[in-house]
Amino acid sequence: MITFEGVTKRYGDGTVAVDNLSLQVPTGAITVFVGPSGCGKTTSLRMINRMIDATEGRILLDDQDIREIDPPTLRRGIGYVIQQAGLFPHRKIVDNVATVPYLLGWDKKKARARAMELLERVGLDTKLAGRYPFQLSGGQQQRVGVARALAADPPVLLMDEPFSAVDPVVRASLQDELLRLQAELHKTIVFVTHDIDEAIKLGDTVAVMRVGGHLAQIAAPATLLAEPADAFVEGFLGKDRGIRRLSFVPASGLAVSTERGVPGWSVALDENERPIGWRRDGADGLQPFGTFDLKKDSLRTALDAALLAPPGSAIAVDGDGRFAGVVTREALDEALRRAGQVPGDG
Amino acid sequence: MNWLVDFFGNRANWSGSGGIPIRLLEHVEFSLAALLLAMVIAIPLGLLIGHTRRGAVLVVVTANAARALPTLGLVVLIVLLAGVGTTWPVLLPLVALAIPPILVNTYEGIRGVDEDLRDAAYGMGLRGRQVLLRVLVPVALPLILLGLRIAAIQVVATATVAAYVGLGGLGRYIIDGLATKDFPSTIGGAVLVAALALVVQLAFSLLQRVLVSPGVSRRARVR
Repeated sequence: MITFEGVTKRYGDGTVAVDNLSLQVPTGAITVFVGPSGCGKTTSLRMINRMIDATEGRILLDDQDIREIDPPTLRRGIGYVIQQAGLFPHRKIVDNVATVPYLLGWDKKKARARAMELLERVGLDTKLAGRYPFQLSGGQQQRVGVARALAADPPVLLMDEPFSAVDPVVRASLQDELLRLQAELHKTIVFVTHDIDEAIKLGDTVAVMRVGGHLAQIAAPATLLAEPADAFVEGFLGKDRGIRRLSFVPASGLAVSTERGVPGWSVALDENERPIGWRRDGADGLQPFGTFDLKKDSLRTALDAALLAPPGSAIAVDGDGRFAGVVTREALDEALRRAGQVPGDG
Repeated sequence: MNWLVDFFGNRANWSGSGGIPIRLLEHVEFSLAALLLAMVIAIPLGLLIGHTRRGAVLVVVTANAARALPTLGLVVLIVLLAGVGTTWPVLLPLVALAIPPILVNTYEGIRGVDEDLRDAAYGMGLRGRQVLLRVLVPVALPLILLGLRIAAIQVVATATVAAYVGLGGLGRYIIDGLATKDFPSTIGGAVLVAALALVVQLAFSLLQRVLVSPGVSRRARVR
């Protein structure tokens, strides 16, 4: 757990970057600091590994005041990922990843073996190990940056807008990769971004900050979307909060009919019992359809699946994509009504 | 052409204390000594100022002052002060000549390293000296070597002034030749100095290939 206690950062010219910030970053979860530029989110992050020292207040890392720890020692125990990856251009990828193990005095063989393991873990071909950073794409470099931060297996990871310099497609895959990694590793992650959608996608907790270094609201994403604390947070969250909040409501609560159709329509299946379309009674052609995974997907995906299909119903499938049932418009309506009434964590 | 044949074809020019091998050796000795002295002064200073970013004014002042020094005048002045018979009259002006390019390039090389890279290095937990030696220097090495190369070539070309004060080196062929209207000697000496400068250039190209990481010079091939 990382605890900010009345932390203020004031510069010599009187500018206040962070103003009396108190919050807790829970262990083993992703906490996102989000806000417009100038809100002090990056400054707050960099105070955790003492790249910047707080002017007032204190920051505790598992009950220890970080000012009692010599900065390089502190930093070797905290993973750090920055926007442009910041790889060492003169070192091969494997040695970049092994940077902290080398600093900690691991023997070279062990450090390199660990680096290779991590390259695989972040989804990189180990053939890249012998290359230099300039030979990698931006997305690959960023993965190396993550591998480097994880090399010495630190419990805490600081990520400063790590994915904002890559294109949207690569960014989405890096985000998914991070969530997958986190499901395995359970690190305490502080993630800084200016992108509220990224914050909502990645954060277990989201801290919205406003210019001047004030904390506007800290909450789980679903709560944030349902109950923004004030007009600033509401404005920053943007449009379609209702729809976006449905992402946090599991689809498993839906009433599923095991009939292979709805009045006037039936679901066509292939030989593996996977849906291939809707068929209108008495007609030949197949109409568009949408499916959702009953166990994994959200109410938002289920609603989307229904909106795509002419009968207005969604097809539920199991983990293998096989037909599991049909959710009617009425069942969806009922679920949406309930979702709208339940404030909070969904 | 004939003059060159006269000079290089004359067997007397290849032996004895005034022979080409000895003169060449003297020339290389002066140059090397001056370059080493300049490096010992300018490289640590450039690293320190580039890394701490304190005292940048010193770099500018030193560089400009040293550039403004008239080399030949300095040689004569030091002879007057120190007397004949020592190599200082040649060495000091050459050192003064070599310091600016080394100092400026080392400083600029270190200072110019990408801020994100510096940030990452500190963020990984490297200490100040480790950041300098393990990250900044390897990345700035092409610029540092360029400064050394410029200095080395200037020194080799200018070491001819040693001949003015009766010291050896390839300058003797040029200056003695002019004095006695022995043009083959003058031309031959000039050709030797030019050739030596080319060798220096070549040596630095090789050094660059050996010392600079392929990741920095970007000449690594995809494997």
